[in-house]
Amino acid sequence: MEDLDNLKATELTLGLPGTDAPEKPSPASTTGANKRANEECCLPVAKKQVVGWPPLRSYRMNSIRIRKMDAEDNTGIYVKVGMDGAPYLRKVDLRVYTGYKELMEALNDMFKCFSLGGAEGHEESGYAITYEDKDGDWMLVGDVPWEMFISSCKRMRIMKGSEARGLSSST
Amino acid sequence: MVGGFRWAAMFPDEVWEHVFSFLPADADRNAAALVCRAWYRIERRSRWRVFVGNCYAVEPAAAVRRFPEVRAAAIKGKPHFADFNLVPSDWGGGAEAWVEAMVEGWPHLEELRLKRMVVSDDCLELIARCFKNFKVLSLVSCEGFSTAGLAAIAANCRNLRELDLHENEVEDNCLHWMSHFPESFASLVTLNIACLEERLVGLLHRVPQLVDLGTGKFAAQHHPELFSKLESAIAGCKNLKSLSGFWEAGPTYLPAIYSVCEGLTSLNLSYATIQGPELIKLISWCKNLQRLWVMDLIEDDGLIAVAASCKLLQELRVFPSDPYGAAQPISLTEHGLVAISAGCPMLHSVLYFCRQMTNAALLTVAKNCPNFTCFRLCIMEPHTPDYITRQPLDAGFSAIVESCKHLRRLSLSGLLTDLVFKSIGASANCLEMLSVAFAGDGDAGLHYILSGCKNLRKLEIRDCPFGDKPLLDNAAKLETMRSLWMSSCSVTLGACRQLARKMPLLNVEVINERKRGLPLELQPDNCPVEKLYIYRTVAGPRSDTPSCVWILR
Repeated sequence: MEDLDNLKATELTLGLPGTDAPEKPSPASTTGANKRANEECCLPVAKKQVVGWPPLRSYRMNSIRIRKMDAEDNTGIYVKVGMDGAPYLRKVDLRVYTGYKELMEALNDMFKCFSLGGAEGHEESGYAITYEDKDGDWMLVGDVPWEMFISSCKRMRIMKGSEARGLSSST
Repeated sequence: MVGGFRWAAMFPDEVWEHVFSFLPADADRNAAALVCRAWYRIERRSRWRVFVGNCYAVEPAAAVRRFPEVRAAAIKGKPHFADFNLVPSDWGGGAEAWVEAMVEGWPHLEELRLKRMVVSDDCLELIARCFKNFKVLSLVSCEGFSTAGLAAIAANCRNLRELDLHENEVEDNCLHWMSHFPESFASLVTLNIACLEERLVGLLHRVPQLVDLGTGKFAAQHHPELFSKLESAIAGCKNLKSLSGFWEAGPTYLPAIYSVCEGLTSLNLSYATIQGPELIKLISWCKNLQRLWVMDLIEDDGLIAVAASCKLLQELRVFPSDPYGAAQPISLTEHGLVAISAGCPMLHSVLYFCRQMTNAALLTVAKNCPNFTCFRLCIMEPHTPDYITRQPLDAGFSAIVESCKHLRRLSLSGLLTDLVFKSIGASANCLEMLSVAFAGDGDAGLHYILSGCKNLRKLEIRDCPFGDKPLLDNAAKLETMRSLWMSSCSVTLGACRQLARKMPLLNVEVINERKRGLPLELQPDNCPVEKLYIYRTVAGPRSDTPSCVWILR
């Protein structure tokens, strides 16, 4: 991980953009929470990365998420999605998805008539899904944590062929 | 077996059939079928209910052929951990093969229950068209169908008595599919549509004989007229015993159900974000409740009130309202669980999500409730110890298995060493299903389980340091079980290959979603296995595996 000076230079903080200030250990964590949670830098996203834990059906998880979204009165984050060779663009609401996997599946559904490859197969089929961030740079979707992505994504583009290979993360 | 003497011929077949009709459990019927050929023949022609715990354990055609008179079938598909997104979405569990075989061989089928299967609209249409006397459809945790398929069921199944659709991923493309139900629907007794929105009041007027109702959304702008309409519609359902749904229910409309509370035996408020005080008020009306599902918003105080009012309570489930955040700390702790265990003498089934636990509390619960059949405790943070002593929770869970001699299902959580598995292996003689996550020290843990627990059917493990040795040492055990799931453990491909070679009646499925590098056939033996699903089968390897699943033989 970069040293602190570089972090400051690139304006990255331990708290992710799109969330509040770095989370302090909450009172709940003193009631026997994992020691590791106190030792790690307190990225709120870290807890979410354990797939399938706590063991709740996705049906229930969705209802919790929908309820929270309603409560927080979040408006959607609508971004345009274009694909090389497709005659028109689409628009997606990034708030609707819980993570990259769902987003990829949705994009697959949307663009399958334009023969986009399988969910993980964008490398194999020669497509890369990219987005333009707040700084105007074109980035490969999937590199940064989800919360950071949805707060910095301005629009998306599905690039094909030779352009894609330059950005592809496979070696 | 008595050789030579054809004692089965002492009585005509009908007499034996009548005798067998007193054997309700499949295990007993299976045993009877093994006695002699005559009993096998008679039993198979008189079995009218089948349960297929794993849709891939037998060929559909073979099942249909063996039991030609079946009227009620229940089939399960994906492994349980599919509920928590641990199984690839294209893994399998499609219902077509079964539905086609059933349509062919069981035209008189009346009842079909599917769990964790992929059910297409085509399947639903086939069911609606082909089973003339269809009475019961239950789809739980299924996917792949839309309301258009449900419309076909509603329109064609004139004798439908029960429609249970809870927790499915349904595509909503047919508005008002329920309008396809007949105007006067005197046969419908169970309607659980708690995955869809629908207009409740109008519906209730058409089915006042309902015993089991699952609502969809139970909220609207406050409107006195709507409230009193709803109240009288619900009160009109004099037979109502079970209520569920209540999406987004708030205190505004909840009082509409007070009139039926006393008759309720089952109440599912686990999607309703009602706070403690309202919940307590509601539950105080429900003196005859046997089953209660709520969210942790009920808090310890609410559970103390439940313990005081609901003396007939048999099953309690408490779900988390905020699994990730700590928005406002919820005061639901081990005290609530202890209160319930002390106050409800008939309690035998618990699912409890919480953030803290102590061995002392579990010891008390074990002492209060020796009759538990199902105990599932989920302490939400992995590796959480006893928060007072900082010790692992081995002692607490050991007390549960030692005290509860009829325990059939157990889910563990918190900080646990191999010691707890030693107790479980030694004491849990009735245990059929065990769920383990983030627990144990090493191979010994798994070995204790597989070498003990003589009635174990399903074992599911994630993120535990269990490796090859206990699997290979206990290979024969796996054939006595329905299935084993292991993910993020320390199993290697070599062990899986050995197991597959040694045990021809097992399908050893290796699931590797990352798809980098060599295909699995070319990987070395020490290649780690991400996810492993092993199940016994007489059908051989299935033919519908996706690219991320390899069946080793």
